[in-house]
Amino acid sequence: MSKKVYADAKSALDGLLHDGMTILAGGFGLCGIPEHMILAVRDSGVKDLTIASNNAGVDDFGLGLLLQTRQVKKMISSYVGENKTFEAQFLAGELELEFNPQGTLAERCRAGGAGIPAFYTKTGVGAIIAEGKETKEFDGQTYVMERGLTGDLAIIKAWKGDKAGNVVFRKTARNFNAPMATAGKVCVVEVEELVEPGELEPDGIHLPSIYTHRIFQGQDFEKRIEFRTVSEA
Amino acid sequence: MAWTRDEMCARAAQELEDGFYVNLGIGMPTKVANFIPDGMDVNFQSENGMLGMGSFPTDNEVDADLINAGKQTITETPKSVYFDSAQSFAMIRGGHINMSILGALQVAENGDLANWMIPGKMVKGMGGAMDLVAGVKRVVILMDHNAKDGSAKLLKECNLPLTGAGVVDDIITELGLFRIGEGGVHIQELAPDVSVDEVRERSEATIVTQ
Repeated sequence: MSKKVYADAKSALDGLLHDGMTILAGGFGLCGIPEHMILAVRDSGVKDLTIASNNAGVDDFGLGLLLQTRQVKKMISSYVGENKTFEAQFLAGELELEFNPQGTLAERCRAGGAGIPAFYTKTGVGAIIAEGKETKEFDGQTYVMERGLTGDLAIIKAWKGDKAGNVVFRKTARNFNAPMATAGKVCVVEVEELVEPGELEPDGIHLPSIYTHRIFQGQDFEKRIEFRTVSEA
Repeated sequence: MAWTRDEMCARAAQELEDGFYVNLGIGMPTKVANFIPDGMDVNFQSENGMLGMGSFPTDNEVDADLINAGKQTITETPKSVYFDSAQSFAMIRGGHINMSILGALQVAENGDLANWMIPGKMVKGMGGAMDLVAGVKRVVILMDHNAKDGSAKLLKECNLPLTGAGVVDDIITELGLFRIGEGGVHIQELAPDVSVDEVRERSEATIVTQ
């Protein structure tokens, strides 16, 4: 039995949580979020968290649950539009917010995970998010420097994983999960199906096991849909 | 007769070309996908990690793992491919996407764009808009010509926080198609019975005729 395999979210996060830590949380909207680990973080009572996540969940699901319990000190996100709790706490000055353009947030994680401390991008040049940041000209164009991002912990949701820690995502639930997994000092992955090594096609693995420190199979995923849009059959 | 919203979307769709990779913004731009000319093959990118986006699913096709950038359920097509957010924005920032069609709060005659924030009101965030306008080859704005209070949105300078500086190529409103160019905003095409005077009255930007 691999030492990476844990029984559930609570045991998989045991010893990893502390006040004031930075957590990278995968997902886009409510798609591909580590719903079991978010609940376990809430139940642990850990506080003053800085959470990097593209969105902040909705009021009663996803990261919105950690806002309700006021465990979050700061969010690093690109879009927080679907959450009234967030709005109330932000306007009351109880919650810090660092907006990152979505591609900048993704690249900060990719860079952080690849040992790259900073990079230059055209995104945000001329906008308030570039104020106070170093700029540089390359080939006659202005670029702004952005820092690589790492976190104390990455909480990641995937479809299938093997007991060695190799991971496959499903459809658009991959999103930030892959780059954030590489940028956590410790990365814990929750999967819908945990299989034996050898059962996943080596050529089809999205996240190599080296990035996965702990893995567990979640039970009864809710996988809530934010906007159910359908067409006539 | 100014263009209806459907006519605006149809006009925007005529700017697409066969084989284009295109990113559509949330709201009215999403509807441009309904007006692709027959026989034209266009690949839609959804910045949450998909190329070859399909239409909305039927009730029994709904899949929580398959959404667009507006968090709506969608479907895949035979050409679909999925990837992570870093790869998605490498496509966008690397100049591989041919066109992006986006909404706007304000556009200035130098191509500056404001579409993500109104100070003093709740700020939702820029999402992928800053990356798209910085990296995509051609940026087309699809918007109402005036704000709800009647004020001009086509301005000499934006007074809202910018999404990008000098990034807009074309603007489609109910009055016509306009292009950012030398000396201001150039009229490329007017909707039926819309006059240059009406465009000037309803804009603050310098309007240039051919």
